[in-house]
Amino acid sequence: MEFRVNHPILFILAGVLIAVVLAQSVFFLVKALKRSRQLGMDQKKIRKTIKTATIFTIAPAVAIVISIITLSKKLGLALPWLRLSVVGSMSYETVAANNALSAMGQSLGSNIPLTAQQFVNVLLVMTISILLGIWLVPLIGKKLQGGMSKLSNRDAKWADIFSNGLFIGMISAFLGFVFCDVSRLWSAGPDGMVTVVEKEVNEVGEKVDKVVQYSSTSGLIPVCVMIVSAVIMVLCGLAMRKPKLKWLSEYALPISLILGMAAAIPLTTWLS
Amino acid sequence: MKKNLCYLDSVHRDGRIWNLIVMVLLLAFPVAVAFIFGVYPDWKALGVGLVATAPMYWAVGAIETVTYVPMLGAGGSYLSFVTGNISNLKLPCALNAMEQNEVSANSEEGEIISTIAIATSSIVTTVIIIIGVICIVPLTPILEAPVLQPAFEQILPALFGGLGVAFVSKNWKLALAPIVLMLVLFIFIPALNEGTVGIMVPVSALFTIGTGRILYKKGVL
Repeated sequence: MEFRVNHPILFILAGVLIAVVLAQSVFFLVKALKRSRQLGMDQKKIRKTIKTATIFTIAPAVAIVISIITLSKKLGLALPWLRLSVVGSMSYETVAANNALSAMGQSLGSNIPLTAQQFVNVLLVMTISILLGIWLVPLIGKKLQGGMSKLSNRDAKWADIFSNGLFIGMISAFLGFVFCDVSRLWSAGPDGMVTVVEKEVNEVGEKVDKVVQYSSTSGLIPVCVMIVSAVIMVLCGLAMRKPKLKWLSEYALPISLILGMAAAIPLTTWLS
Repeated sequence: MKKNLCYLDSVHRDGRIWNLIVMVLLLAFPVAVAFIFGVYPDWKALGVGLVATAPMYWAVGAIETVTYVPMLGAGGSYLSFVTGNISNLKLPCALNAMEQNEVSANSEEGEIISTIAIATSSIVTTVIIIIGVICIVPLTPILEAPVLQPAFEQILPALFGGLGVAFVSKNWKLALAPIVLMLVLFIFIPALNEGTVGIMVPVSALFTIGTGRILYKKGVL
C-alpha cells in the first residue's frame, strides 16, 4: 500500500483508539453519577457541575483544534487528531516530532513529504516518551491516595491545608509564569526593543538561531490579560451576592476566561 | 465507611484495566502502521529521537503523577492521564467544580464531583475535536485569522487570572509566600518560561506545603 500522511486507514486506526478513550470517559461519568445518587447528593448541583464543565471546556478545546491544524500541515490530520485527543499537548507533540524528525534529517517546517518509515518513527517517539503517566497512575495512584486518606484520618485540618497547598502551589507557579517576560521592560535597548535569540529547526532538520525582536512592553500583555480576567471574576463574585444573579456562579470561570482572551486582542496591538 | 472503600477500590480496579487497554492500543498503533505499509522503524534514528525526548518527559510525567493525583482524585487521575491537557484544562475544571460544590478533594463527594467534571470535559473536548477535524477546511481560515491569534496565545493568563481570584481569596494567608517567591523567580531567572513552568509546579507546591506547615504550627491557619 502506498503511504501518505492522510491515508484513510490512519483515520480508521486513530478513530478506533479515540472511540475507546471516549468510552472510558463515559464509563467513569456513569459510574460517578450512579454513586452520587447512592450517596443522595443533590442532583441539581450535579447537573450544574456538568453544565459548567461543558461551557468551560469549549475555549480550551478550540485552542486544541488550532494546534491540530498547525501540526497537520506536516504530519497529516490523523496523527495530531489522535495525539491531541489522547494524552499529549501542542508543545509536547511539537518537541517530540521535531526530535524524531531531526534524527532523520527531516523537520516539521520543511515541505518534503514524510515517508512511512519517518511517520512510524515520529509515532514511536511520541508514544513511548509520554507513556509513563498512563501506567504510573495505575501503579502508584492507589498508594498516593491511601496516603492522603491516612493523613486525613490523623489530622483532618492539616490534610485540608496540605491539599490546598498543592492547588495554591500550582496556581502560584502559573501566576509567576505570567510575569516571565516582564523583565523586557528594563532590558530593552534605547530603541525600546529587546532582541531574543530563539532556537528553530530549519528545513533540513538542523537547529539554528533565529533572532526575534520584542517591544519592551510586550511582556506586560499576559499580565494585563490576567488582570482583566481576575477583575471580571471579582465582578462576577460581587454580582452573585444578589439572589437574582446567583446563576452567574456556573458561568463565572468561563466568562472570565473568554473575556480575558478577548481582551488579549486589543492589548496585544497596543503593547507589542 | 466500608461502602466508601468499596467504591474507591472499584474505581482503582476499573481505572487500571482501562489504562492498560489504552496503553496497549496506543503502542499497537505504530506497530499496525508499520505492518500495513510494510516498513520497519529507522532504529538508529529512533534511538536518537528517544534519547532526546523520553528522559525529560518521563521525569516530568513522574513528577506530575505525584503532584496531580492527590488533587484530581482516583477517577479523575485515570482519565486525565489518558486524555492529557491536565494543567490547562482538566485540573482547572475539576478545581472549579469542587470549589462550587464546596467539597474537599479528600472526601468521597470530592472524588465524585472531580470525576464528573473531568469526564464531562474529556467528552466535550473529544467531540469538539471531532467536529474540528471534520470541518477543518472551512474552519482553518477562521481559526487561523491573524486577529484571533493573540486570544489563543493568552489562554493560560486568562485562565489563571480567574482561577487565581477564586482560590487565592479563600486561602490568602497560605498563598502569599508562594506567589511572592514565584513572581521573583519568574521575573529574574530568564530560563523560567512556558517550557519550564511544569517543572516549577512541584517546587512551588512543596514550598507552599512547607510554609503551610509552619503557619499551621504557629496557629496562623
